[in-house]
Amino acid sequence: MSRFESGGTADAIYRFDVLILSPRRNEMLRIFSFVSEEKILDIIRVENLRHVYKSSSGDKVALDGINFSIAEGEFVAIIGNNGSGKSTLAKHFNALLLPTSGKIFIDGFDTSDEKNLWHVRENVGMVFQNPDSEIVAAIVEDDVAFGLENLGIAPEKIRERVDLALDAVNMSDYKNFSPSKLSGGQKQRIAIAGVIAMQTKIIVFDEPTAMLDPQGRREVLSMVKKLHAQGKTIIYITHFMEEAAQAQRVFLMEGGKIIKNDTPREIFSNVREMKRLGFSVPVAAELAERLRKKNFKLPPKILTADELAEALK
Amino acid sequence: MISVKNVSYTYMTGTPFEKTALKNISFDVAEGEVLAVAGHTGSGKSTLIQIVAGLIDLTQGSVTIDNLPVADKKIRRLVGIVFQYPEHQLFEETVESDIAFAPKNFGLSDAEISAQVEEAMRQVGLPAELKSVSPFELSGGQKRRVAIAGILALKPKYLILDEPTAGLDPLAKENLLKEIFGAVKKSGATIILVSHNMEDIARFANRVVVLAQGQILFVGTPRELFSREEILSRAGLEPPPITQLLSKLNLNQNALTLDEAEKIILKNFPRK
Repeated sequence: MSRFESGGTADAIYRFDVLILSPRRNEMLRIFSFVSEEKILDIIRVENLRHVYKSSSGDKVALDGINFSIAEGEFVAIIGNNGSGKSTLAKHFNALLLPTSGKIFIDGFDTSDEKNLWHVRENVGMVFQNPDSEIVAAIVEDDVAFGLENLGIAPEKIRERVDLALDAVNMSDYKNFSPSKLSGGQKQRIAIAGVIAMQTKIIVFDEPTAMLDPQGRREVLSMVKKLHAQGKTIIYITHFMEEAAQAQRVFLMEGGKIIKNDTPREIFSNVREMKRLGFSVPVAAELAERLRKKNFKLPPKILTADELAEALK
Repeated sequence: MISVKNVSYTYMTGTPFEKTALKNISFDVAEGEVLAVAGHTGSGKSTLIQIVAGLIDLTQGSVTIDNLPVADKKIRRLVGIVFQYPEHQLFEETVESDIAFAPKNFGLSDAEISAQVEEAMRQVGLPAELKSVSPFELSGGQKRRVAIAGILALKPKYLILDEPTAGLDPLAKENLLKEIFGAVKKSGATIILVSHNMEDIARFANRVVVLAQGQILFVGTPRELFSREEILSRAGLEPPPITQLLSKLNLNQNALTLDEAEKIILKNFPRK
């Protein structure tokens, strides 16, 4: 559902949006004070995005007409089977890939305009699946400082931001360690610290827990929730449905399209539909569905074990 | 039968980086069984399977496979090992030649090789027409199937799978496990499954060895393991979601499948 379907002021903003696609859009809107700040801050907006990979064996459409907008401070999970286009989409958020057609705006900046590249990358941090291929330095704190050094920030500022970032991921004690001596979860936290130090508004996580054990997964997910609570906009790609269930909104991708865009409760409580699409759902939802078939009168949309326990009382 | 007796292993002995990875490990793997090895990162799982596969030389204790010491080169034909993210090891130009690589190195005839390649592709559910395609043009799930087929083509009597479904989507994971376990079991092979996914262990393993800090904390059936929460938490593991759900409902019974959980609830809660 579009955020602009509610009519009234929202409609007016939408039309205005179409007119002003300049990099300074948000500032302009604020100056004209057409609407409250909260309403204009669609920090990410994607319009008819298509991405086609060219190869010798023919073209492959990876993204086929994607549309959505994400407000500043939102926590959105993206789920979808391998090959559904999730990772291709992720690479568009910081202009690692550019649209074949369509547009993507980060904080009002069109990613396909080369002049905006700096602004886009300043605003979007990325954390990928394999911590070993993200870590570049021989010492933890050097790794966290890497991005900042490239931005040409003053050394004392770098020192301060690196210390804060390591503190935020509870890894200060390890600042002089070699990353090779850390566990997978710790390495992933170092990669997250590198992104925190960049102070981007948006952080994109592309399956950050896929290679981690249960403890590492818990560490990373609690870090993600903490960053969200601090106001970061989070995009979180995952195959773990329990992780996606903790987001505010879930995009479900299939064949290069977003086929569902709703709250986790709406998405995961539809057990039959999710199974048809080849997804698993939290066990409580599935068990509740089975019990309903056995004539248990249970409220709709049960998602967690606690809710099922309450309903069975 | 694989028999592991009193195995200990220390990395970089005599250096400041000395680290004991395994302490006095003993267990057997019976023929035809699926034995899971569970434990969190750094628990010693990888060291253990590399020792069992003969890739790390033993310094203390013994490992025998069908009564052959693990250092005997003959065991290379008995044991197949699929590492984590095996698709990173694909390198040939076509799916067929990639799967045929190991059988070729073992000196099989062309006819044998092509028969085994076909059978291995069938076992992992790869359609025959993919034979002449480059493995690098396949999807992640298919690449992994090619890599696993490359091991199955050797017809190993013992198959070690290290986190075979890590990073796959739920559907691909489900299909891959079902197909591999189905095919391998039919062939009578024995499987060692390294995993921290308790659901997979519940569904496929006959027994579980739980490792923590290089020591064995538990050996027994998955059902026994899931009723011992203190062991799971010491090992940094979590019971499968179904077990967690039943304990939330104050049902101290053990269910490994949704069917079992449903029956238990039907028995314990009145229909409203």
